[in-house]
Amino acid sequence: MPVNKVVDTFAAAVADIPDGASVMIGGFGGAGGQPTRLMLALRDQGAKNLTIIGNVAGISVTTHYGWREGPDDPEPVDQGMFFASGQAKRIICSFPVPGTTNPLSEIEKAFREGRAEVDLVPQGTLIERIRAAGAGIPAFYTPTGVGTPVAEGKETRDFNGRTHLLEHALPADFALIRAQKADLHGNLQYVGTSRAFNPAMATAAQVTIAEVDEIVEPGGIDAERVGTLGAYVNRIVQREPGDPYP
Amino acid sequence: MSTDPAPRLTRTDIARRAALDLPDGGTVNLGIGIPALCSELLPDGVELRYQAENGILGFSEMHTKLDGDPNIMDAGGAFPKLVPGMAFFDSVESFGLIRGGHIDVTVLGGLQVSGKGDLANWMIPKRGIGSIGGGMDLAANAKRVIVAMEHTTRDNKPKIVNECTFPLTAPECVDEIITDVAVIKVESGRLVLVEAAPGWSPEDVQALTEPELSVSDAFTEIRSA
Repeated sequence: MPVNKVVDTFAAAVADIPDGASVMIGGFGGAGGQPTRLMLALRDQGAKNLTIIGNVAGISVTTHYGWREGPDDPEPVDQGMFFASGQAKRIICSFPVPGTTNPLSEIEKAFREGRAEVDLVPQGTLIERIRAAGAGIPAFYTPTGVGTPVAEGKETRDFNGRTHLLEHALPADFALIRAQKADLHGNLQYVGTSRAFNPAMATAAQVTIAEVDEIVEPGGIDAERVGTLGAYVNRIVQREPGDPYP
Repeated sequence: MSTDPAPRLTRTDIARRAALDLPDGGTVNLGIGIPALCSELLPDGVELRYQAENGILGFSEMHTKLDGDPNIMDAGGAFPKLVPGMAFFDSVESFGLIRGGHIDVTVLGGLQVSGKGDLANWMIPKRGIGSIGGGMDLAANAKRVIVAMEHTTRDNKPKIVNECTFPLTAPECVDEIITDVAVIKVESGRLVLVEAAPGWSPEDVQALTEPELSVSDAFTEIRSA
């Protein structure tokens, strides 16, 4: 039977995400590479007690970080939505809050009210933990974070005269990712800086769901330009043409 | 600031001075704030390869926030223009580049720098929450770390301190501090004053700096070119 990973709607693609799930949200932070429609569908679906794994996680709504500000551009959407909706209890990320506290972001509001557990990870360690989870590496050593609060409680070891921290792989139940194009096998092609956390997250989850602008037949993506292998991708959903979100 | 002997430099002036220390042809990562201003203030003839954590190398000019492409972003959330020679990559490769020691210089902002070059720049403790981003990876692993910041807090307290009271980004990582009143190098765990703003004596700079400064034999007025 020919492979076809297409799911018709964003709602159907996220319908089985249960309460208590860990969910990776791809991209970097900002509009490019963010699976905005999958995020909105998960919010509408209502699953609770979620652990969100992101990067620059919830600063766009209050700062317009990574979003255009033209007269016809939509208002930003970010990972803070899962705290505004009361669905998330914990976030693992590198950059949860902007420099300013005026106005307060949703994550900082939830943190102050005791509704958000924030697990802060240096960005390079975060992406390597995710990569390791997808690549069968249970743990690794990194020099980043030595001598800082990040090192508390972690094993250390010296290599070449320099102290390193032992960091563990970070897998998830689901990954919501974003690409420009998918073929029916789930091979993905990215554009510009929209890669960021998407390719590694695709490898690290039990179920990877990709939001794309266009779905093509096998061969519609040049084999030289496949950015994520279909082997990692379980479901693909295509956006409506002319979607106002970038 | 009534006790200042002369005006302090502007944020743009700090960035212009920092830009003088970026090596022609080098691979450079600029943090947000004052560091990001450096890219527009390079001396004539100097060409750099800028890297940003989100996976872009070789950008230079920016669009405004009104008309950029959100799929071509830098780590500060701004939208670079497409230029020949630019490259895109994912975050695994981006942090391989950083952690692997392939960044020649990073210019970062600072909340506090200690007398031995410890950097704190990601969290004010009383806020209870902060953002690390790529700062710890850059501070710990770039070949050279320049901190560009105001010399004091808004209430004129030293930001160059004996010991950082804010949580560290990385210990003993800073090579050079460029502020609105001075250029200070960290040499063998000690601070050496090499330049001061026009009208500022070494004593004036020392009065706003906790650790003891030794004054370089080559001490001079802050360079602008």
